[in-house]
Amino acid sequence: MRVRDLVTELGLEVIHEGDHMDDPVEGGYVGDLLSDVIASGRRNDVWLTIQSHENIIAVASLKDLAAIVLAKSTTPHDETILHAQREGVTLLRSNLTSYQLVARLAALGVSGDR
Amino acid sequence: MAASTHGPVLFRRSFKVVGSDFLNAGSVSKDIKKALKQLNVDAEVIWRALIVSYEAEMNAVLYAHECDITLEISHSGIHLVFDDRGPGIPDIALAMTEGFSTATREMRERGFGAGLGLPNIKKTSDSLEVTSTVGKGTRLDIHILFPQAQSKAA
Repeated sequence: MRVRDLVTELGLEVIHEGDHMDDPVEGGYVGDLLSDVIASGRRNDVWLTIQSHENIIAVASLKDLAAIVLAKSTTPHDETILHAQREGVTLLRSNLTSYQLVARLAALGVSGDR
Repeated sequence: MAASTHGPVLFRRSFKVVGSDFLNAGSVSKDIKKALKQLNVDAEVIWRALIVSYEAEMNAVLYAHECDITLEISHSGIHLVFDDRGPGIPDIALAMTEGFSTATREMRERGFGAGLGLPNIKKTSDSLEVTSTVGKGTRLDIHILFPQAQSKAA
């Protein structure tokens, strides 16, 4: 499943397309502690978070994550969008909670298994 | 010191982090990632180096006034030094305890300050040496060995 397919299947809002819309989504991670995500996020994971500040973009870029999904209608800071544009990070948003998103991702076959 | 890199330095680069500069936080780690990729460093080693450099870089952004960073690569591995001017750490053993943090509420709200930084660096590297003088600063001396050097050290 590609990031683009997730957007369609889950009805996600595309805040910034970035460079990863056609990347395969190989797994997922949920976290609002950046140290946790930097340690445990994997390449081509979709990352669910309610953090909205610009430092999430560096984490996604460093870890080659497929996309960030801001859960619970979280509004990103203006700087976050600017950083996403600069770094080519794909930034998405949903009105669902992280838990609801995980349930839907699992039903689509995106598991946290490695 | 156990598990340190050795041999001639093949690549050296210096970076600087300015304290409280959240807008550019992560950019040194990004430059380190780029350099390691260009040098065709093993993907697993890059993955470990990034965890270490990001945690140390964020510690500098969160707590220090400024920090000089040196990346050195030899045949045996990566040597990273983070040398900051800042408040220093009064009790290094306590700071190495997972969950211990002196972070402010604002830092925590941004998803930092969970007391995972130094423990993550220790877990992810082959050796970490912390030296600190209260009121002056803190120095992290970190080694990450390449896989062939690890098996020799084992």
